[in-house]
Amino acid sequence: MSETKAAAGSGDPFLAIRDVSKVFEAGGDRIEALHHVDVTIAKGEFVCLIGASGCGKSTLLRIIAGFEPPTSGQVLVHGQPIKAPGSDRGMVFQDYALFPWMTARENIAFGPRQKGLGNDRIRAITGEYLEMIGLTRFADRFPYQLSGGMKQRVAIARVLANDASILLMDEPFGALDALTREQLQAELLQIWARTHVTVIFVTHSVEEATLLGDRVVVMTAGPGRVEGDIPVPLVRPRDVSAPDFNDVRRGLTRRLKR
Amino acid sequence: MFAGRGQAVALGIAFPLCLVVFWHLLVVVTRTQLIPTPYQVWRMMVDFTVGGVYDDAFSGTIATHLLASIQRVYGGFFLALLLGVPLGLLIGRVKVIRQLLDPTLSLLRPVPVTAWLPLSMIFFGLGPRSAVFLVFLGAFYPILLNTTFGVRSVDVRLFEAAAMLGCDGSRMFRQVVLPASMPAIFNGIRLGNGFAWILIVVGEMTGVPTGLGSVIMDGRTLSRTDLVITGMAVIGIAGFLCDRVIVAISNRVLRWSPQHRV
Repeated sequence: MSETKAAAGSGDPFLAIRDVSKVFEAGGDRIEALHHVDVTIAKGEFVCLIGASGCGKSTLLRIIAGFEPPTSGQVLVHGQPIKAPGSDRGMVFQDYALFPWMTARENIAFGPRQKGLGNDRIRAITGEYLEMIGLTRFADRFPYQLSGGMKQRVAIARVLANDASILLMDEPFGALDALTREQLQAELLQIWARTHVTVIFVTHSVEEATLLGDRVVVMTAGPGRVEGDIPVPLVRPRDVSAPDFNDVRRGLTRRLKR
Repeated sequence: MFAGRGQAVALGIAFPLCLVVFWHLLVVVTRTQLIPTPYQVWRMMVDFTVGGVYDDAFSGTIATHLLASIQRVYGGFFLALLLGVPLGLLIGRVKVIRQLLDPTLSLLRPVPVTAWLPLSMIFFGLGPRSAVFLVFLGAFYPILLNTTFGVRSVDVRLFEAAAMLGCDGSRMFRQVVLPASMPAIFNGIRLGNGFAWILIVVGEMTGVPTGLGSVIMDGRTLSRTDLVITGMAVIGIAGFLCDRVIVAISNRVLRWSPQHRV
């Protein structure tokens, strides 16, 4: 699982966040959510964004998703600036945002259906991803009949089934209990290893960032900016009780408090 | 617990039964000639349904009148549905259309539907079309407003999720906006159905020869209060049964949403 993730070629980086600033104006107030943020991410990398609330990490994710335009600067995928939401970037929300009127299977099929694929092809894709997330038995349940962990698995499968090459995850496991969270973290790492998808993972848990990331981008608030970009030199699978794991975690915590 | 369902049915029947007894006693005690006893109304209902009691112009005519009213109610209702839902979706989702139409609609809404009666008689003449128009107006607003409200209260994340999965334009309306607003739309449909049955009486008072509203008007003209009450009862039962049908459809369509199950 510790295969190296080489950058895609020598030309344009896979994903480049270039001098991105974001200002929200509410009433007469002017809030600078992001202040000249620069981050470059290689294909297949697992990058965690961490920081206190208000540091703009979710805003940055939403800009990458194309849900909001940056006030200045730009985000480039393969050198192409992002202008709108696209199926190459799939967001996994903390509150799932599954379509409640669709079964698990229909939710996963939503993306392929938009592309106009044939029914057989769609059935094959949804079947494959249902199996990957271990929910084949629950395929025909509606979201309200699924647990939080199951819903989040469906949400992940939904964007993967749509051929997303970048997985944008906004505190995806924040609403889950500790046991389910651990299980989903392990499953996410397996899926990541299998699909070579690039993951940008927003969290406020230092432990989670240390466990998951190839790199951890530490952000600070007021205005939101990048405070540090720290590689995690631990081999996978990582052991949360190992001394070197603790060293990395402590270093991150110190960085976060600065 | 053990008698839950039985108790609900027993109580649900006991109350109207008490009312009927009370009605009977009140008529007997006051010796009024203006209100018939429940038994007299029952005889009228039997006559209206199968005939054989009075054998007059109303005997055994329930099907004719009921059918005429249902046609008008659902003519107006489906017109309201056909116009109200798409318009509500557009007003809720598209800012320009909201800015264009909302002020006008808000201004027209407080006008009671019954106030449109004289105008609708000028537009559509003395006939069933006038009744259909009134029913349409009465059902239109609850359907429109609830649809708009439904669209406005959809979690924006669902739109974002759909957009990132490659859904846009008119597909967004059909695949996301419409199903997400369905609970509110069904609210509007139920309210609209209620108003449609209220307004059919007004609509059929405009000089149409058939329909339950015209039966009530004839009863009034002839001072046959038993006929008036019979007409009222039939409308009540028909409206109730139609509401049950709508609830059944709603439970089926909204089976994904346990809190909207009635």
